[in-house]
Amino acid sequence: MPDRQQLQDRARMYRHIRAFFDDRDYLEVDTPLLGISTNSDFHIHSVKAQVLGKPVYLQTSPEFAMKRLLAAGSGSIYQICHAFRDEEQGRLHHPEFTLLEWYSLGFDYLQLMDQVESLLASLLQRQVDIPRTTYFDCFRQALGLDLGQANAAECQQAVMAHIPGIEAARLTRDECLDLLMSQVVAKTFKGFSLVYDYPASQAALARIKPDNPLCAERFELFYDDLELANGFSELTDAAEQRRRFEQDNQQRNSLGLATIALDEAFLQALETGLPASAGVAVGLDRLLMVLHGHPEIQAVLTLDTLGD
Amino acid sequence: MASYSTNEFRGGLKLMIDGDPCSIIENEFVKPGKGQAFNRVKIRNLKTGRVLEKTFKSGETVEAADVMDVDMQYLYNDGEFYHFMVPDTFEQHAADKNAVGDAHLWLKAQDMCEVTLYNGNPLAVSPPNFVEMAITETDPGLKGDTAQGGTKPATLESGAVVKVPLFIEIGEVVRVDTRTGEYMSRVKS
Repeated sequence: MPDRQQLQDRARMYRHIRAFFDDRDYLEVDTPLLGISTNSDFHIHSVKAQVLGKPVYLQTSPEFAMKRLLAAGSGSIYQICHAFRDEEQGRLHHPEFTLLEWYSLGFDYLQLMDQVESLLASLLQRQVDIPRTTYFDCFRQALGLDLGQANAAECQQAVMAHIPGIEAARLTRDECLDLLMSQVVAKTFKGFSLVYDYPASQAALARIKPDNPLCAERFELFYDDLELANGFSELTDAAEQRRRFEQDNQQRNSLGLATIALDEAFLQALETGLPASAGVAVGLDRLLMVLHGHPEIQAVLTLDTLGD
Repeated sequence: MASYSTNEFRGGLKLMIDGDPCSIIENEFVKPGKGQAFNRVKIRNLKTGRVLEKTFKSGETVEAADVMDVDMQYLYNDGEFYHFMVPDTFEQHAADKNAVGDAHLWLKAQDMCEVTLYNGNPLAVSPPNFVEMAITETDPGLKGDTAQGGTKPATLESGAVVKVPLFIEIGEVVRVDTRTGEYMSRVKS
């Protein structure tokens, strides 16, 4: 039996979150966890299951399903749900984890950052003023690296200078950035920080900035070096989305990973028209770790049902 | 050749790194929500004892080291080599000073140790977690002083020096934790 206090902490956080969104007239939704398609991002490994003899996936996030609701006219929505990612286990990762995801109609990513700040203020019951720095400025300050100029070789050099025992020459530019971000740049963050304007090569499902093709309208929330949330101005262009999915599958092919059948229902929804909106996912297990000072995600899980 | 994927990494796993057998001390999984996963590991080079850090892209595979931990009985030291025996097979192995390292402080004939074999040769020796050894040298005991704190150095039959309570006398047998080198208790003989 887990610590009762820990169950209460989670329940209280969920109540706070629901009150925050109910006050703002956001509709709570509950989308399916099983689907015949899934995220095609080659860094993410979906858990496979079988239903009536047919292969299905456990959802890695409720993003596609929630955007289908937005396109169908749901208005602003939020959801607290479980998400599943295979091959992710450690002090900060568990293959089954809890997410808060919400979409604010008519918002862009900058307004959404304000809303993230309001939610934290409501959870902490105090004023919070979170410093905001662009991804490019973070790298400039922590590493003296100008990402507007730096090519792959320069990023590899930065990796070699800061990360011990790695064959940096084998890393792509984005792999270097991922490693530098989590192991060097984020180590300079204190308390809550918002990092925004991610490189366009790491746009995921974010819109590219209309006035700067190097950047995507994407942000992340950190507490110290712990990544807590990821949000963006949503990409609403169906053709561009299809192109990104196909690119994912090409990369999967070249890495010898199984390709993922495109989520046609989601693409159809984008073609129908996704209203301009911004959305964000918050890792609730990690937020509990931060709010209650637990160093490991295992300390906040309701039960460990996976064994060791 | 056997190999391990990064998602099999755990403490104690034996890998070949830069041509030397190594053991994982600590493994940390690092992954941004969107982006490449890495494993940052601390490993001990089993030949040199040195600790180093390595970073792998998750999903990479690393060659396994042909290293086996075998329980053996310590027999004797001939001045150059320390001799061990596998009790079931009577198979004997001679380990040099390098392989025995600091473990020589805790070796007592008949005691069971864990000997790490690499390609069939002793590479490292781990003493039992607790050993019982006689005191060969220490200042005279203070009679009656059994409860108060205070310690004094005492030399064990192996040559190791540990801190013991003031009442312990030469010839007495004590139990010592070899991982910390700390006195645990007096052993009634």
